[in-house]
Amino acid sequence: MSKQIIIDGTLIEVADGTTILQACEQTGIEIPRFCYHERLSIAGNCRMCLVEVVGIGKPIASCAMGVGDLPPNRDGSPREVSTKSPLVKHAREGVMEFLLINHPLDCPICDQGGECDLQDQAMAFGFGGSRFVENKRAVEEKYIGPLIKTFMNRCIHCTRCVRFMTEIAGVEELGAIGRGEDMEITTYLEHGILTEMSANVNDLCPVGALTHRPWSYMARPWEFEKTESFDVMDAVGSAIRVDARGREVMRILPRNNDDVNEEWISDKTRHVSDGLRTQRLDRPYVREDGKLRPASWAEALAAAAAKLKEAKPERIGAIVGDLAGAEEMFALRELMTRIDVKNIDCRQDGAKLAPSLGRASYLFNTTIAGIEQADALLLIGTNPRLEAAVFNARILKRWRTGGLKVGVIGEQAPLTYPYDYLGAGAKTLGEVAEGPHAFAKVLKDAERSMVIIGAGAYARADGAALLGLSARIALGAMEGKDASWNGFNVLHTAASRVAGLDLGFVPVGKGALNAQDQVAAAVKGKLDVLYLLGADEVDLANKGSDSTFVIYQGTHGDAGAHRADVILPAAAYTEKSATYVNTEGRVQFTKRAVFAPGEAKEDWAIVRALSAHLDHTLPFDTLTTLRSAMYAVAPHLARLDAVAPADRKGIESVAKLKGSTIDEPFVSPVRDFYLTNPIARASAVMAEMSALKKSMNAGSRLSAAE
Amino acid sequence: MLEDKDRIFRNLYGFQDWRLEGARARGAWSGTKALIERGHDWVINEVKTSGLRGRGGAGFPTGLKWSFMPRNDPRPSYLVVNADESEPGSCKDREIIRHDPHLLIEGILLSAFAIRAHTAFIYIRGEFVREREHLQTAVDEANAAKLIGKNNVNGWDLDIIVHHGAGAYICGEETALLESIEGKKGMPRLKPPFPAACGIYGAPTTVNNVESIASVPDILRRGGTWFASLGVLDSAGTKLFQISGHVECPCVVEEEMGITLRELLDTHAGGVRGGWDNLLAIIPGGSSMPLIRAEQCQDLTLDFDALAKLKSGLGTGCVIVMDKTTDPIKAITRIAYFYKHESCGQCTPCREGTGWMYRVLERMQRGEAEKREIDLLFDVTKQVESHTICALGDAAAWPVQGLIRNFRDVIEERIDQYQAALKEAAE
Repeated sequence: MSKQIIIDGTLIEVADGTTILQACEQTGIEIPRFCYHERLSIAGNCRMCLVEVVGIGKPIASCAMGVGDLPPNRDGSPREVSTKSPLVKHAREGVMEFLLINHPLDCPICDQGGECDLQDQAMAFGFGGSRFVENKRAVEEKYIGPLIKTFMNRCIHCTRCVRFMTEIAGVEELGAIGRGEDMEITTYLEHGILTEMSANVNDLCPVGALTHRPWSYMARPWEFEKTESFDVMDAVGSAIRVDARGREVMRILPRNNDDVNEEWISDKTRHVSDGLRTQRLDRPYVREDGKLRPASWAEALAAAAAKLKEAKPERIGAIVGDLAGAEEMFALRELMTRIDVKNIDCRQDGAKLAPSLGRASYLFNTTIAGIEQADALLLIGTNPRLEAAVFNARILKRWRTGGLKVGVIGEQAPLTYPYDYLGAGAKTLGEVAEGPHAFAKVLKDAERSMVIIGAGAYARADGAALLGLSARIALGAMEGKDASWNGFNVLHTAASRVAGLDLGFVPVGKGALNAQDQVAAAVKGKLDVLYLLGADEVDLANKGSDSTFVIYQGTHGDAGAHRADVILPAAAYTEKSATYVNTEGRVQFTKRAVFAPGEAKEDWAIVRALSAHLDHTLPFDTLTTLRSAMYAVAPHLARLDAVAPADRKGIESVAKLKGSTIDEPFVSPVRDFYLTNPIARASAVMAEMSALKKSMNAGSRLSAAE
Repeated sequence: MLEDKDRIFRNLYGFQDWRLEGARARGAWSGTKALIERGHDWVINEVKTSGLRGRGGAGFPTGLKWSFMPRNDPRPSYLVVNADESEPGSCKDREIIRHDPHLLIEGILLSAFAIRAHTAFIYIRGEFVREREHLQTAVDEANAAKLIGKNNVNGWDLDIIVHHGAGAYICGEETALLESIEGKKGMPRLKPPFPAACGIYGAPTTVNNVESIASVPDILRRGGTWFASLGVLDSAGTKLFQISGHVECPCVVEEEMGITLRELLDTHAGGVRGGWDNLLAIIPGGSSMPLIRAEQCQDLTLDFDALAKLKSGLGTGCVIVMDKTTDPIKAITRIAYFYKHESCGQCTPCREGTGWMYRVLERMQRGEAEKREIDLLFDVTKQVESHTICALGDAAAWPVQGLIRNFRDVIEERIDQYQAALKEAAE
């Protein structure tokens, strides 16, 4: 049912449940606000959004008043709203003045300066002077975690941060104590907040009360070159904005993408930025007499090429890491095909996902936004809070609207929403799949049920059998229901994985070695050359593998570089344009915000240069020609920001996977949220967060990078 | 003067037994079942006929409020009794709970029946410790006598829960009170939705004052027309007036609405200290109402309309009397401090404005201000008034407005004196 309303003389029709503020926005009229936020509950406490409803003597808070809640005029004509009347102007000036009387005038030293709602709105709606001559309120700073720097004098008590923590992050840690003008925002006994999403409150804070501690006093917003890009810290592919000054990435902020991250990003996505500056490989290295020495590109490429030429193709392997873009994977695959190497793999975690089963077999088919329609959810071997924090917030969002049943098989971790704990491992999964378990009925009875299998299950030795069980559960639950609903979901943990599977970066043909087998072969001395494209989670510590010549192409001096015999320095995700496909199968590409440090080059260009040394020059000299070649192989990669529904047949073929299972509990692969990839491991802030989380029980308090 | 036969609160001073037996002797719980048998609509209509207006301060017609409760709603309905009497000057509910709690409990049963509620909460102010004990005892007695509770003799199941607050003034605001009962911080909710649509635990709720509810049994027993015959037009019935301040004998007394101030003070309170001519001003209706100067008090009647005409209000019917020894600026400063202290801090104008008003007044009572600041202060009160979520903003603004409207001359004189003294000191 729609309602009519006249706003500043324009008659519009709005849907039921629309507030006056939303109606004004639909008319294109800006209403100032501090406490109101589209994604949070309505507080109505800042009183900045006051408007006049003709016939009602006092101004009305437009954020909280539904158009439908207004009593109709006696003759049934639509109500008239004025946003520009003297009453409104006067009321807003009054509120603005009240907000400013206890707000310090420290804009020149405030980090929010330049992107401060209070500044902007004071300019637009305030009266430009102060009549307040008393002393201003002083509030002690609060410690609320190493990522959030507080200046509580500046707080205007909009409670956006409190609502975010409760409603989005799902931890009731932030609140207000005291009352009246003595009200203060704080945590209980000033405990630091350690949720994976905490730093979002800094974005939400309309003033400089909560600012980013790691970036404090580093730069001014107007100095930045802003580049819109995507995150690769997990497989969600959150939209981000990379702010750079000169050659350095200074900060990373979220961008709005309703389909993926809404407007939140995890703390890792945001504060990994200092990791982009440290531990960087900025020139090629070659190992001589057991020690790495700096070398020229020509030398390094020649050394790598010599070994690749020397070895037999079946004694060469290539593994791709978690952060690689589709372009470099495509280039490397082309090169490996040309030199007849079949031992290639993009699943360094040992995932048993296979592109041969069809795209639906390894995608998050329901899509992230699709969760909002689900009414039953089974999590298998995954801890979404650590593996994809933003996605976990989406589950919480769905849960808060009511009617979602969640079951968990795996670790009994705090997920921010209540769930039924079904069991720890394969045995319970089997019971749900065969039907005797009560949760099987919950899934079957639900209109739209979802099954999410995580790397804790599918990356185990018995992963294929577990995938089969999960697919059977999903198919059973989907049977006879809405055909457009696909409830089988694979939650990836690495940004590169789906693109790798899309491009078929898996062992070619029978007998070819996967990542695990390659490492095993290296330990046995049966692998001569191993090409690591940013693969740092491969364990080559065993002395047996010493005879293997390791070529490491990557960005950071991490595990892979330590073991490498040749290091080819490459560009990180903020330094190149590379295609990533997120866990849903959504194709997005990053943009170059800064140049790679030193002599480091973009990954595809390194592979292309190496191919020339191998006398198998790849037929692309530019990114554009590479991309057109890639699109010929995988056309869907050209469709940016779109999710093509995958054929459900893929799930049926997964359901046919059978085998014995191991009776061990599922364990999420993410043991330390803050240190999951080489960039994060190079970041001081992440290291500090990790240490803090570990020592949380000991009660120690550190302040990150201050 | 109200005749004894028309009194509702027959044990106001606690001269008799406050327990069930005593209450029964005074007529409580007699024929309650018969009243209930006459049906929900009869009860509501009778209260509508009586013209009873809410005794908590706002004066909203009680019967009308009850008729807002949705019918055929799948959610349960609740009755909440607001016994969080914290307004400075008000002390009537306390006397009722202390000395005649059964009037209240019987009223709750009848009112809950009218709005089809099977559960009633009594939110009693935290500082009322003895009152709470009396109230709980009375509830237990009524339960034991099967007057309330499941399968009681009156034929309407009702559980009464006595819930005590922690002493925050704001919890007397009806929605903050509901939040507080729910276990949350007592902060007023946004309206709409009003409690009748979405109140405690999201269910339809009626919130009534103690005195309103306690009047209901007598209204029903004697008929709405009896109650309506007392008092004046639009201010029907009897009312507990609370007289405090500079009178010879401060007291709480039940009187007819529309009684003149002078009669009330002279008959019941022994008159103004130092005689009628020594009167400076009164605050009718509790500290949130603007004060009224003696000149306007001469023929003043105490009813809703007469006081509204003077830009003040009857409020809870308490009269704070100030004689000529009073410093009106200091008095209002103290009230402003109270509102600064009790503002919940949720919305901007009240949180910031109450502190600002208090601080300006605090200087002004010493004369340490500029004359232009009087207008500034008045403007600040206007910016607080009606820009807030609840009525505390208004309550904080009105006394200051009343001061400026009525005692501008006093303020200006004070400022002149202060500046003159400064000049002298400088010479």
